[in-house]
Order: sequence, then C-alpha cells, then structure tokens
Amino acid sequence: MSALSALFVREMKLATRVGGGALMGALFFLIVVTVVPFGVGPDLNLLARIGPAILWIGALLATLLSLDRLFQADRDDGGLDLVLMGETPLELVVLVKCLAHWTATGLPLVVASPVLAVFMNMEPVAIGATTLTLAVGTPALTFVGAIGAALTVSLRRGGLLLAILVLPLTVPVMIFGVSAATAAVQEPVPFATPFSILAALGLFSMVLGPIAGAAALRHGGD
Amino acid sequence: MSTSVKRLFGRSLTLDRGGRRVLDDLSFDAVAGRALVVTGANGAGKSTLLRLVAGLLRPVAGEMGVDGGDGELTIAQQCHYFGHMDALKPQLSVEENLAFWRAFAGPAGDTVSDALDRVGLGRLASLPAAYLSAGQRRRLTFARLLVTMRPIWLLDEPTSALDAASETRLLEIVGTHLDGGGLVMAATHLALPFARMDGLRLGPSSVEAA
Repeated sequence: MSALSALFVREMKLATRVGGGALMGALFFLIVVTVVPFGVGPDLNLLARIGPAILWIGALLATLLSLDRLFQADRDDGGLDLVLMGETPLELVVLVKCLAHWTATGLPLVVASPVLAVFMNMEPVAIGATTLTLAVGTPALTFVGAIGAALTVSLRRGGLLLAILVLPLTVPVMIFGVSAATAAVQEPVPFATPFSILAALGLFSMVLGPIAGAAALRHGGD
Repeated sequence: MSTSVKRLFGRSLTLDRGGRRVLDDLSFDAVAGRALVVTGANGAGKSTLLRLVAGLLRPVAGEMGVDGGDGELTIAQQCHYFGHMDALKPQLSVEENLAFWRAFAGPAGDTVSDALDRVGLGRLASLPAAYLSAGQRRRLTFARLLVTMRPIWLLDEPTSALDAASETRLLEIVGTHLDGGGLVMAATHLALPFARMDGLRLGPSSVEAA
C-alpha cells in the first residue's frame, strides 16, 4: 500500500503546485455559473428553477476540462512506461490517480457549489441537495472520464476527443444528479429514488473506470 | 539479492513497428556479471530491443526468458529501464522525484541521499527538477536505478549528455552492479569501456550476433 500512498501524495503535490491545474477546474466552474445570471436576466424564479442544472453542467464541463492531462503528462515524460513495467497493478494505479485527481479538482467544485448556488437564488434545501448530488456524482464523472483519458493518451490535443468519447457516458450521471437535486424541492418525485441511482452509477464507474482505463493504457502504448 | 538472475535470453525475436520489420529472427544471451552491449546504426533497433525486453513492446514471434530470478515476477518487473525519457516531474524537487520512485517501485535499495551522492547530485537535493541541466537530469534519472533493487539493467544510450567525469562515475556504478552479479544490457553507438562485456551488433537489414 505504501506504493499507492506515495503515488497519491505525489499526484496531490503535482496538482497543487504551480502549473498543476487544480484550481483551473474550479475557476472555470466559477466562470460558467457566474455568467448564466447575466445571460438569463434577473428572473429570480427562473434562476432558482434552473440553478441545479447550471451547477451540474458547470461541474461536468470543469471536470472534462481538467481530465485530458490525467495520464498524458506521465506518458510524455516516460513515467507511464515505468508504471507499466512495475509490480503495482495498473488498475489500482488508475484508481489512485482518479482519487487524487478528484480530491484536487472535483472536491473544490463541491465546496464551491453552495456559494455559487446563492448566485442562482436557490433555496437552502435545494442548495444542500445539489451539493450532496455533486459530492456523489463528480467522482463518477472523474472515473468515467479516466477511460477517455486513457484511450486518448497517445494523441496530441486529445482533450476534445476525450470529451466527445465520454460525454454519452456522463450524461446519465448528470440526468440523475439534476433530477435528484430538483426532486428535493419539487413534488411529487421523492429525492431518494434518483439519488440512489446516482450513487449506483458512482459505484459502478468506480469499478469500471479503473479496469477499462488500465486496459486502454496497456494496449494503447504502441 | 537472494534470487539473482543468471541469464537473460531471447530466441528468434521478430518485431514489426509501423509496418516495418525492425527485428528479424534475433537471438541473444546476456549473462550475469557481464554487460551485453548492443551496437548498431541509428534505426537499427537498439532501443526497440530494450523496450521489447522491458515488456513495453510485444514481439510478432519468438520468446524471452530468464534463468534464475524470482519466478513470481515477469521479466519486466525484474528490469530497470533507463531510456531516453527521464520520468522527472519539473514541479517536484530532486529529492521528491527520487523518493517517489523509491516508495513506488520497490524493493528499496540505497537511500535517497546515498543515491544522490553516488551520482554527484547531493547538493541539489532540494532544487526543483525544472532547474536541472540535461546532464544533471540524466544523472538524477540514473539514480532511480540505485534506490530500488532490480537485477537486470536496461541502459539506452546511458552516457548521452554526460560529461567525462559523470561518465566515469556512471560506468563505475554499472561496474559495481556487474560485480554484484547483476545483469546489464546497454544500447549504444559509442564505445563503452565495460570491464567484461559481450557484443551484439544489429545491422540495418540483416541481424547477426557478433
């Protein structure tokens, strides 16, 4: 386990130091959510109604934005070769890299969302529900995105291709995330139903992402 | 090393890259305590052969194996690969870069400070790797072979970018590894003065053992 904890610590250092990009996703999230009220206009009821959806769209785009370097930096400097040669199972390496990536870029989105929700005139229950769905849903986005990042690792400027590849897989996460957040304030759908499915998607992607990502990295080399 | 590798061999290895046959029916033997020096012109397949042994490429035909060694591990897991790319993170310090590979790759060998002293980078331990010169990066990369213990060293142009003093030091370290029963495969187009060595010459089209 010390190999994996060393990896986690290194990934966190890389993300938080200059040029690491940990804050880039959070800043992008801030931009998206801030410009919406200006574009939509001062209709407070409308803003409150679309608030959870805007927060989710912002989180999805911010996650996709930061994912393309997940494995590419390691491939460019040859570190990926050494990881492939090593004894540490590649699936666990991908899992730990995803966890570190989420801690550095996904967690700030979750923390920022209650503040940004105020911009959207959302009521406290909706703010709480949206933050909770983001906390459960953004790891799923990272794990699904890791598959795309692994598939496009050998491509220059593969970021857009990554987004196109994984977008269909992230849409269900967003649909159930938004519907759970909306259900918390609107009758008659109960909150628990879409939220359970969102949690299931999260757990499912946590298993599938590392396995599929590792397979893509193994066979994508040459 | 309790489970030392006695011999590393390849038989009838054939490999294509990008539709071109790079290695054709190549056989080699590398024995413990002796360096197998792979020479040949640019594009003859030296690096390809080392990447093949490291498990990073798959042959079309042929097989590789080891005598001795740890049966639980694959060949790649018993190899150190010292290639063209340095696997250094510019944001991390010299010490942090090396400490990561020591913790990640295992089993642990020299301590980080000992390894840095051996390659002559002891004073730069806290400097970010971004500020290193090409030769210093190369030496830091080489220190990775010292902090974890693996019996087979695959060295691809090991002395490129090194000054004369560093080259001598590197060859001494490789010599120590060979004395300890280690196994070295080095690809080079320069004459490397190893004490005990075998040659393998790769031709552009026909491949023959010299």
